[in-house]
Amino acid sequence: MSDLRELYQEVILDHQRRPRNFHRLEDANRQAEGFNPLCGDRIHLYLRIEDGVVKDVGFEGSGCAISTASASMMTESLKGKTEAQAEELFEKFHDLVMGRQQADPAGLGKLAVFSGLREYPVRVKCATLAWHTLRAALQGSLETVATE
Amino acid sequence: MKTARGIDARESPDGGSSCDVQRIREDFPILKQLIHGKPLVYLDNAATTQKPRQVIESIVSFYSEECSNVHRGVHLLSERATRGFEATRSSVRRFIHARDDREIVFVRGATEAINLVACSYGRAHVRAGDEVLVTAMEHHSNIVPWQMLCAEKGAKLRVAPMNSKGELLLEEYERLLGPRTCLVAVTHVSNALGTVNPLHEIVEMAHRNGAVVLVDGAQAVQHMRVDVQALDCDFYVFSGHKIYGPTGIGVLYGRERLLESMPPYQGGGDMIASVTFEKTVYNKLPYKFEAGTPDIAGVIGLGAAIDYLQSVGIEKITSHEQDLLHYGTSILEGMPEIRILGTAAAKTSVLSFTVQGIHPHDVGTILDQEGIAIRTGHHCAQPVMDFFGVPATARASLALYNTRDELDALAAALRKVIEVFS
Repeated sequence: MSDLRELYQEVILDHQRRPRNFHRLEDANRQAEGFNPLCGDRIHLYLRIEDGVVKDVGFEGSGCAISTASASMMTESLKGKTEAQAEELFEKFHDLVMGRQQADPAGLGKLAVFSGLREYPVRVKCATLAWHTLRAALQGSLETVATE
Repeated sequence: MKTARGIDARESPDGGSSCDVQRIREDFPILKQLIHGKPLVYLDNAATTQKPRQVIESIVSFYSEECSNVHRGVHLLSERATRGFEATRSSVRRFIHARDDREIVFVRGATEAINLVACSYGRAHVRAGDEVLVTAMEHHSNIVPWQMLCAEKGAKLRVAPMNSKGELLLEEYERLLGPRTCLVAVTHVSNALGTVNPLHEIVEMAHRNGAVVLVDGAQAVQHMRVDVQALDCDFYVFSGHKIYGPTGIGVLYGRERLLESMPPYQGGGDMIASVTFEKTVYNKLPYKFEAGTPDIAGVIGLGAAIDYLQSVGIEKITSHEQDLLHYGTSILEGMPEIRILGTAAAKTSVLSFTVQGIHPHDVGTILDQEGIAIRTGHHCAQPVMDFFGVPATARASLALYNTRDELDALAAALRKVIEVFS
């Protein structure tokens, strides 16, 4: 059970039960769709960016605990970030869940709870779905992002 | 080859047949291992079954003692390989009660068999405005090849619906059969739900309308006796790896008259009688459809798998698996958080379910930590998931070596899942 708690930490379960910013953003000026064909998880991400800064962010969709919590916590950490900082956060998060050497949980704040994913390689895509969707939204891509 | 011991007909007082299953389990080396420190409980048999040592040894023995190409050498090894290869064709023929060895074509799996029929029979016979009829519970492999064919020919794909139990609506199906229906592609058993379709009626209605019928038997032949002549279907397909045989080998059964009328699927060696740059004469059945060196070891392994199934006895397998299905169903029905999808009156040993408020992927990860392997996802049947309004399900699919104890372990692990997320 201790192994499991490493993955399903209380903060992840909390975000799964009560996802933050879980709504459509009427005045969004960037948005993107993400889809994980392996498990059917879907996310629609909305961003409102003004002067290169993320002013507001919201998401809709359905997914597992890992993907929902990851999306929820991502939206929390994005507010107030510049586009460049958001990109940087993507890289850091990606390094962390992929278990890369250079991973630096320090700059990730609460998002560091996802470090447990290193032990669950098949679940990495669940956590990165929202983040790949973020990158697509930042780049203004209209294609649905697929994790496969 | 060592002979497998059959499930003893004597049953233990609790209705199970555990002591005999224990002997069968001894034949499967993989079942002895620990997963995350716990005994492996393998409940993902609809994805692929484990292989008994008889199958593994047959492949090792082929490569160690008989390896050679088939149908062409004059030397002894080639003769032995050819004999083993063709003997398996005969066992497949007996296994599904086909009339003639020429009606048995070796392919990579059920998917390739369906693609063969779509490309060869379909391209030759389906015309613009024609209709291909499938059912709402098909695996993607029995949808996409027909969609591709219909797109190419300007034909129409129609879908016979099912009810909320996952049973085909036979009257609706019959209503959809019309003068333009040239082919019906239907699964014998639904991979996602376990529903057993009423094939006799389906085939009879299709034939009355002049349509030919392809049956996807990938989830059927390992669970029940199949007689393609009694079913009167025109094509029947299945995969070796789901019947305790190796991956990469499968079977297309086709009615001889139809196979004769069909153009080859692939060109190459072995499928020809003679070749000049001006003209090629194709080989006779079934070789016309077996271009190139086949998966000889796979065929040998498939033969060993069929021998194994028959030595255990298909009727005994059916009754053991039905016992497990009923036991597992009653356990899951006793848990209020669990919803079973697929409650057809006639079912094979498949338990597809969701746990309230918990995504199947999270269920699967936690069960895996308990050593329990199940499938989670859409099971390559996205239209079935859409029908039930879920993105995915968890699926426990049971085989001849599973036990009631393993279902108890599943229930205990599911309680743990619910506890983690409570």
